[in-house]
Amino acid sequence: MTNEELKQYISALFPTVTYDETGEFLNILIASTELKPLIKTLRYEDDLKFNFLFCLTCIDWKTNLMMVYHLISKTHKHIVVIKAKIADIVKPEIETVCDIYQTANFHEREVYDLFGVNFKNHPDMRRLLLDESWEGYPLRKNYVDENMITI
Amino acid sequence: MSLLGEDYTTEEGEFVINIGPQHPSTHGVLHLKVWLDGETIKKVQPHLGYIHRSIEKMSESLSYRNFIYATSRMDYLSAHINNQACALCVEKGLQIEAPPRAQMVRIILAELTRLASHQLWWGCTGLDLGAVSPFFYAFREREAILEIMEETCGARLTQNFCVPGGIMADIHPNFQKRTKDVLKQIKSKFQEYFDVLTGNVIFENRNKNVGFLTAEDAISFGCTGPMARGSGVSCDVRKWFPYDGYDKVQFDEVLGKEGDCFSRYMVRMNEMKQSVSIIEQLIDNIPEGDFQAKTKMVLKLPKGEFYQRVETARGELGVFIVSDGAASPYRIKYRSPNFSNLSALDHVARGYKIGDLVAIMSTIDLIIPDVDR
Repeated sequence: MTNEELKQYISALFPTVTYDETGEFLNILIASTELKPLIKTLRYEDDLKFNFLFCLTCIDWKTNLMMVYHLISKTHKHIVVIKAKIADIVKPEIETVCDIYQTANFHEREVYDLFGVNFKNHPDMRRLLLDESWEGYPLRKNYVDENMITI
Repeated sequence: MSLLGEDYTTEEGEFVINIGPQHPSTHGVLHLKVWLDGETIKKVQPHLGYIHRSIEKMSESLSYRNFIYATSRMDYLSAHINNQACALCVEKGLQIEAPPRAQMVRIILAELTRLASHQLWWGCTGLDLGAVSPFFYAFREREAILEIMEETCGARLTQNFCVPGGIMADIHPNFQKRTKDVLKQIKSKFQEYFDVLTGNVIFENRNKNVGFLTAEDAISFGCTGPMARGSGVSCDVRKWFPYDGYDKVQFDEVLGKEGDCFSRYMVRMNEMKQSVSIIEQLIDNIPEGDFQAKTKMVLKLPKGEFYQRVETARGELGVFIVSDGAASPYRIKYRSPNFSNLSALDHVARGYKIGDLVAIMSTIDLIIPDVDR
């Protein structure tokens, strides 16, 4: 499907979404509460079939956190980027997608580890790269490492 | 809480063993916690982070010229291809393109890197499964490739030869001749590789019908590279999203059928032949001209997001740069192939014997610094 067709298809089902086409891919901006139903639709509808989650990450915009999901369909060869804003940076929470894409299991644990986003209903929400006793979330912009020596 | 974590629970008759973090068959500091029932694997839990160096965080304070050098230390066997991914991503943001000469040299070096990487993997796979001699055969050809790298790039392993806008220096006068000599040598040895290891009965028995991964699961787990192609999933970035002139080169995407260890093994073996064919097409046709496009001293990417992917020896490496218009990236994410491939290990290994875990590990071909970053 072309970007225009994708936009029409998705807008019919989710009227609240907005789009951003300034970048390389079609960006879909959605509220974090509606993320799960949207991704479910993108994955299982025959016309869309976004079956490959090739990048899952988070961006700290200081006032909010933003989850970024890059999806590609191996059958139809179209790409979308989904962005979900998490307004609460003190206790960020979002629904997991690892029951839809198994690769999300590790990627979400990495985001939990480095950004502190808690994924609801994730089967194994533990730190992945850092030690269990580590305090703070290093990739947050306000993270200060007391042990860091500046040369 | 102990090293074993909270979920240290076993059922009747089960027990847990730890493989690693220092173990010859884990190819680096990977710690695997394995739940066993007798010899049968019930569950594998990878513990990561032993060499986590926070390359993503470091890159946030480095300039667009400097952050590339850190990426050589991610997947150190595909160092050149990692550099290429970053250089291409910065070029995408600056909307410039490397001159044809630079692009072609980049591809040739990338394919040489792939050859060297697969040869090391081939040697280690043999070593893991008890065949010591392939290691020496593989290193003979790998050494010749590394010597070309040393002469042209100035380094054997972490080349750092790609810069935004092209390559750092022009190729060495001997480059073409030596590359052709090495290709000739490698081509004459392929049959030897097959004779030494592929046809061996013990080796085949340990790899065939072990570690199945279906195409559907490979896609769901985000597997790429030879691991996914062994299951018949077409995912070669060089074909799907050509970069640096791969669209002008003739080559086949190697696909397996069965999805077991032997299928992944054969994909890599045949990929080596494709790499040789790619270099042969290019080596005599390197165009004359500049090796670097003109760029400013301080690079500043416009505000926005840029995603660039390349095919490393292990799969799809994605570089995702978020720029706020400053001289260093606001956020950078490396979607590393090994990280996703490793996440499938638990699924692949369940139900097989503990001895098969070694065969599965070696055909996944993990590079731990790339997992931890």
